[in-house]
Amino acid sequence: MRAAAIEAVVIGASAGAVQALLHILPGLPATMSVPILIVVHVPSDRSNALVTLYRDRCRLRVKEAEDKEVVADGTIYFAPSDYHLLVEAERSLALSSDEAVHHSRPAIDVLFETAADAYGPALAAIILTGANQDGADGLRAVAAAGGVAIVQDPATAQVPAMPAAALSACPTAHVMSIDDILSYLVGLAAR
Amino acid sequence: MGDAVEDIEIALLLEAIYQRYHYDFRHYARASIKRRVLQARTQLGFASVSAMQDRLLHDPATLPRLLNYLTVQVSEMFRDPSYFRALREKVIPHLKTYPSLKVWVAGCSNGEELYSLSILFREEGLDQRTLFYATDINPQALKAAEAGVYPLSEIRKFTENHQKAGARTSLSDYYTADYGRAVFDKSLRSQVVFSDHSLVTDAVFAEMHLISCRNVLIYFDRPLQDRALGLFRGSLARKGFLGLGSKESLRFSVHADGFSDYVLEEKIYQRRDA
Repeated sequence: MRAAAIEAVVIGASAGAVQALLHILPGLPATMSVPILIVVHVPSDRSNALVTLYRDRCRLRVKEAEDKEVVADGTIYFAPSDYHLLVEAERSLALSSDEAVHHSRPAIDVLFETAADAYGPALAAIILTGANQDGADGLRAVAAAGGVAIVQDPATAQVPAMPAAALSACPTAHVMSIDDILSYLVGLAAR
Repeated sequence: MGDAVEDIEIALLLEAIYQRYHYDFRHYARASIKRRVLQARTQLGFASVSAMQDRLLHDPATLPRLLNYLTVQVSEMFRDPSYFRALREKVIPHLKTYPSLKVWVAGCSNGEELYSLSILFREEGLDQRTLFYATDINPQALKAAEAGVYPLSEIRKFTENHQKAGARTSLSDYYTADYGRAVFDKSLRSQVVFSDHSLVTDAVFAEMHLISCRNVLIYFDRPLQDRALGLFRGSLARKGFLGLGSKESLRFSVHADGFSDYVLEEKIYQRRDA
């Protein structure tokens, strides 16, 4: 993996997401400048529970993604509930209330496919634990654009279906344990 | 980056739609419109966006099919119940002081928001003195809005939202179930004017007391958002209200000074005059 080129990280997670992200996000150093965009499937109320949960535990800035916001370094963005999160070519964020994809809004596929368009080979994409197929097409799009595709080892994921689906759609993806994923991201900060 | 050829094709398609049919999607947020165009290409069975453009230019019958991909948005009745609760508790008391009212649902799509407001105004005793304008650029969406028929499978969610919005009646008072469909009572649209109107190319509408336009502006780029907000400012009566979607804001608009915050957390604004 040529980590030097990575300019953004996208992460998708569903069932089991909260625990998996607690293993990763608080471990990231304050020096990390690469922005991280995250879609977690949550029930469609308007709570900001994820932002609140991780904000106090992270050394990086954690916020909900806003429409038309320019992607800033050193920031972790969560998609708001009930909206898709997209990345524009000029690397700003966009929200949409288009129909759900794989019964999900936000959908991982929508974030990954648009981020792959915007960042091409400078993107790393990570699929974590989850119970459905969302993110598989998106991960394949990231790999097709030359980006780094990473899947949490289904054998160690709390719910293996989503990483397994991603792996079968994108067989060239790197399979990693949650600790390896953390190490990889920490490695991006060291550049 | 991405597929540069595809990006060129999409820009050309949007230009072709504008020049041939005067629907202007050129200033829509690009990532989202790209997804929709590619979805249309796949589902309408074209080998490329250019092939779709060729057909579109020479065969007007292709336009409505494409418009459905480019414009129709899914919604639900009383989406974001707290918005409707804020209208009920904070805006309606003010509107009750007027002898007659005009309400504009801009970008009404299939009409879910229109029927929600119509029910709210009836519950609050304002329906007889209110004229609603429901506008959209897509004629098929306007037809669907006028029909007021939704899948019965949606009703549970609609009902739950209605309750959370502080319902004074039961949603079942307003529809009849018919072969898996919920058919809403035509009296809910007896005071509604359905009209073709574009926020991109058309002018100020009328003297409105309330404009509700939710989850439309997020599809526009900033200059187009400013155009639409200017249109809303000019279409509102003095002290008139504007309701936006929960993730939309006036904050960065050139028209921010033309409005004051009314219920900020629900994105309800009021026209401000010097």
